[in-house]
Amino acid sequence: MSSDTRPKLEKKLVDMNYLLKEAPREQHFITGAQAMAEAVKRASVDMAIAYPITPQSEVMHLVGDIYAQGHIKEYYRAEEELGTMSAIAGASRAGVRLFTATSGPGLLRGLEAIVSWPGHRVPAVLGVLTRVVNAPLSIQPDNIEMAYLMHCGAVMLHAENQQDTFDMTLAAFAIAEKVDVYIPVAVATEGFFVTHAKGYVDMTPEDMALNEFDPIAAPVPAMDNETPPARIQRDAPVQKSNFMSYLIHSVWQQEIWDSNKRAMKYIYEYLGGPIEVQNPESDVFVVASGCAAAQAREAWRYAQEDGLSVGLIKVRSIRPFPIDEIREATKNAKKLIVPEHNIIGWLCTEVKAAIPNGGIVVEGPRVYGGMTLPVELIMKEIHDALGLEYDLKL
Amino acid sequence: MNKIIERGPAGYMPDSAPSMGVELAPEGKALLYGNVVSEEEAMRDAARALLTEDNPTIFPGPQVLWDWKEDVASKAAAILDLASEIPNCKIIPMPDYRPKYPKIDVKAEINPNHPNLTILDNKIKACIFVGVHCHYANLSLRMIRAGTECYTVALCAYMGHEEAMASIRDLHAEDIQKFKEIVIEERTKLGIEWTATLPPENPSLEKEDFATLAPADYGEYRSLIMSRKGEHVAEVE
Repeated sequence: MSSDTRPKLEKKLVDMNYLLKEAPREQHFITGAQAMAEAVKRASVDMAIAYPITPQSEVMHLVGDIYAQGHIKEYYRAEEELGTMSAIAGASRAGVRLFTATSGPGLLRGLEAIVSWPGHRVPAVLGVLTRVVNAPLSIQPDNIEMAYLMHCGAVMLHAENQQDTFDMTLAAFAIAEKVDVYIPVAVATEGFFVTHAKGYVDMTPEDMALNEFDPIAAPVPAMDNETPPARIQRDAPVQKSNFMSYLIHSVWQQEIWDSNKRAMKYIYEYLGGPIEVQNPESDVFVVASGCAAAQAREAWRYAQEDGLSVGLIKVRSIRPFPIDEIREATKNAKKLIVPEHNIIGWLCTEVKAAIPNGGIVVEGPRVYGGMTLPVELIMKEIHDALGLEYDLKL
Repeated sequence: MNKIIERGPAGYMPDSAPSMGVELAPEGKALLYGNVVSEEEAMRDAARALLTEDNPTIFPGPQVLWDWKEDVASKAAAILDLASEIPNCKIIPMPDYRPKYPKIDVKAEINPNHPNLTILDNKIKACIFVGVHCHYANLSLRMIRAGTECYTVALCAYMGHEEAMASIRDLHAEDIQKFKEIVIEERTKLGIEWTATLPPENPSLEKEDFATLAPADYGEYRSLIMSRKGEHVAEVE
């Protein structure tokens, strides 16, 4: 569909603080996939590129719809994920706002290109709708793929529910484009449990969108052959490593992780911080991210009803990881229970590394391969931690 | 003042300033040795370094070398004014960010992939980065701190640079003029006599004769030259 045949939309353009904190909101009952696409609709995205894979295909199908409605300037389906992610990197050189999304094996197929985005200073937003990656292959929920993404330098947010998916996706565009950050931001959430399930989402008006992308306010020059000097285009030399010292490769890597660290202040500004803490004086905390945080929240609610001294720590930001915040929040804790939707327990490893007394961390409960995470499994660990009996019935 | 970021050489593989806890200064403030201070305090320390250290040099980057947007010409003029008030100041540009092949001309330019070569060869002990895109400025400033004893000043149009000894943010032409006035004041305090003089011409750049330029003269950039309609460019490597 050419741009001539699509509607020309007039929108009120605003900054992210207004959009997230002051703009009027209306409640809708929608899926996580719809929430992500609705955020993209309000983000003045210049270009979206994707290759379909379950459960991401729901998101990018909807993004295709909003392209047809005139909310996005360009959109196409690439040949596969390595091509998709490479095309995102290429489009970014021209200085435009970009969105893509993928899932499980698609993420791993595109990973070679994705891990080069931070170094190439590609401020794209990547939706990660998680699913099983192992053999025997399955399309069911499992977030182990996030472990593969954690060490490339990208900012990573983990959405608990449909509302988080909307807010985090919007905020991701503003965080990615800050001059002192300017690296990709991944917004992850669990496939099916969030993407295909409905929840209440308070959404901003459809005719209000984020200010247009500013390619000049950037730490690297956009490749614009119409604006002299075109010769300052930036990326070819990165590949010519035989003409570069090893030191620049190392300080370049440092710069990416420094940029990741600088993103933390914007996570505070737009999302209220990298963690949410309930009952900060508790001896026992459930620490969780993403969909596991929703189950942890339910277990925490049960515990309140039973009069148990239990706290909840929801981790919103996986990268940068809130080391100082978790250390402070758990300084008096005696047990930390870390429920997860993967077999290796990547969040558990991060929490253990963040605190001085890793021995207080309970490794689990964990479910994977598409299994659901019953609240009772978390309740059992809570009771064990408090030295209480619990009759586990599933 | 506890100097978190000091002039180097910091060593083989130094920690980055942000990993040492340095954060960018908020609006209206500046960074001095990794500490948040007033803009004037940072400018005065930078001015004294530029007036007392050997071979002070300004490294202008692409954002002030080409007249590509509205505020650039006034900024560039202010930089020349500033340079003329620093005794024996040189200007060595960072015109682009590609590694120089086969070898950089260290008298003519500085490059972010090996900025220490230009600093060391010219024995530069104090320098200013201005108009260099933030990513490349950060890389250069860190490598200079790693391998040289040069005092670095960052004049940044955006949020500044943790790696510089002195970092000024949100820079406009009038901020450069203010810095120039502070340089003059500090120069007077130090008893240095100097008549405003523009820096010498860049010694290694030959005068370009645009009438005789051929596509091949553009070297690796020749692909960026668009031929006229019907023109056949035969003279290529």
